[in-house]
Amino acid sequence: MLETLQNLALGFQVALTPGVLWYGFIGCLVGTLVGVLPGVGPLAGISLLLPATYGLDATRALVMLAGIYYGAMYGGSTTSILMRIPGEAASVMTCIDGYAMARKGRAGPALTIAAVGSYVAGTVSVVALMFLAPPLADFALRFGPPEYFALLLLGLLVLAYMNTGSMLKGLAMAALGLLLGMIGIDQMSGYFRFAYGVTELGDGIGVVPVAVGLFGLAEILLTAGQKDPPAVIRPRLRDLLPSRQEWRDAHLPIWRGTGIGFLIGIIPGSAHVISTFVSYAIERKISKRPEEFGKGAVAGVAGPESANNAATSGAFVPMLALGVPGVPVAALLLAAMMVHGVTPGPLLIQQDPRLFWGFIASMYVGNVILLILNLPLVGLFVNLLRVPYPVLYPIVLVCSILGVYAVNSSVVDVWIMLGMGVVGYVLRKLDFETAPIVLGLVLAPMMELSLRQSLAMSAGSYAIFVTRPISVILLVIGLILVILALRPLISRTLDWRARLAVDT
Amino acid sequence: MTVDRVAGVTLVLMGVVTVWESRAFPLGTLQRPGPAYAPVVVAALLILFGVAVFAMGGRARRLAEVGWGEWRHAVAIFGSCAFAAWGLERLGYRLTMAVVVLFLLMIVERKGWALGIALTVVMAWGSFFVFDTMLRVPLPRGLFGL
Repeated sequence: MLETLQNLALGFQVALTPGVLWYGFIGCLVGTLVGVLPGVGPLAGISLLLPATYGLDATRALVMLAGIYYGAMYGGSTTSILMRIPGEAASVMTCIDGYAMARKGRAGPALTIAAVGSYVAGTVSVVALMFLAPPLADFALRFGPPEYFALLLLGLLVLAYMNTGSMLKGLAMAALGLLLGMIGIDQMSGYFRFAYGVTELGDGIGVVPVAVGLFGLAEILLTAGQKDPPAVIRPRLRDLLPSRQEWRDAHLPIWRGTGIGFLIGIIPGSAHVISTFVSYAIERKISKRPEEFGKGAVAGVAGPESANNAATSGAFVPMLALGVPGVPVAALLLAAMMVHGVTPGPLLIQQDPRLFWGFIASMYVGNVILLILNLPLVGLFVNLLRVPYPVLYPIVLVCSILGVYAVNSSVVDVWIMLGMGVVGYVLRKLDFETAPIVLGLVLAPMMELSLRQSLAMSAGSYAIFVTRPISVILLVIGLILVILALRPLISRTLDWRARLAVDT
Repeated sequence: MTVDRVAGVTLVLMGVVTVWESRAFPLGTLQRPGPAYAPVVVAALLILFGVAVFAMGGRARRLAEVGWGEWRHAVAIFGSCAFAAWGLERLGYRLTMAVVVLFLLMIVERKGWALGIALTVVMAWGSFFVFDTMLRVPLPRGLFGL
């Protein structure tokens, strides 16, 4: 403990030098600005700006890239809240209540809560990262394909169970998403599935076009032609900050989101996306006012935003402790480390303590910079809502098309966005929720691969899922959720029998 | 017909089509799943959910009660997006976006010329400058170099 604190002091000595601090600030600022552009998430942001760090020393480069990562994560939530355009899958849940809050004139509080939630989650999870990195990394490595499959299945069940509508509809939408996720090259056999000659579909359907279509475009199609277009919102200064009640509604979800995000984030793979869905679902289930979810519930912004940021730090655990990149962004940071002559892995702490602890300390500092930077920007961003909707939506539309195209420089993605926009429009008309489609799409390739890898490991025996402790625990939790979802149906049947019973 | 019944039938049809299309790949066995295995299992689940949604959807809203009042706008916006997807690489980013913004603002929303042209310039040329010139994201220039 004492040694850790001494090391952290060394880290702060590095992180608080003017040069490092300056690059951290630049990273956060550029990351926020890039993240605000629809469709450009943290991965695209870091990829675009990685070459800019080549001339820097390793510490400054890493601090700047981490700043870009944090900044882009936060910037992405801005477009989710103000325009209903998620820059990546992790921002999908923020869209739902964040945008609803914005339409109710509470965009300022939504952005502030997102900023504070991100700050708390980022800071707390860095503390956890500092003390728990080695044991947690060890735990994360116990996640083989069977555990991973069980976790992903549980993620889908949690989301469907916590759906405001019926579990059945949620599962149907998740199944639809899973089918979409199976388009493209089969990773085990190399077969080209359901692509119908479109080579761009080889890598599968991207999350960004689907999410932007289902959320952003569908919203425009539904809203633009309404007899009464959404009112122009002129935020006053006092409306920019959350009320006392909103703070009260936000603080517990922030802590819960932090815990959920960090724990799920340490698991290698894109499981961190699940954290925002799980956080949202849990908040809705335990809320005293679940009917407010989808209509501007503060907890619906606070929880997923915190989970998203905590998962970010969680994702650094296997990267820093073991040199194993859990998520694509961590892989990019790992590559950046190697470019700068740093060998990541367990020996990094001993070989280059200034870099390791400087990076950890800069994460604290980066969170503070991000908060200081973003709170004043809330007032600036919110002014976007002063623009009348008939003028705003063409702007949003251009941004959506641009963002979707920019990810892969592919027109096919724009067509996919268009198709998904129509699907989202019709589904919302028919009272179906679209978020499970996005989750299904993200999870499908991983679920299928982990299922088939598990069966390959066990020579075709499904018992592998119930003989490994972590896997069996996750599956039992999933089973309990299914039983809980079926409980109303069972009790209705019992009532029917009771009515027929003869009194004795 | 209720909305849930319509949705149920649609889900079943999608499941059936997926199973049909999966015939092109080896199904494998339960022990050694092939590339068609997961799509068929998920499609079967989709059919199951579709049947259940249909069966339990008798009390849902009737389809006729769903308002489609905004369809003209929706079609115009959809058309603009389709034009953008068609034109991006043929006409170039700036020209395509200029047409889209002008059409939406001046024909669909009937806004004034000054606003229409100003926003068109900002959105088509301004966004090109930010992304292509500053951020080095290659945007298509099309046949006319625009």
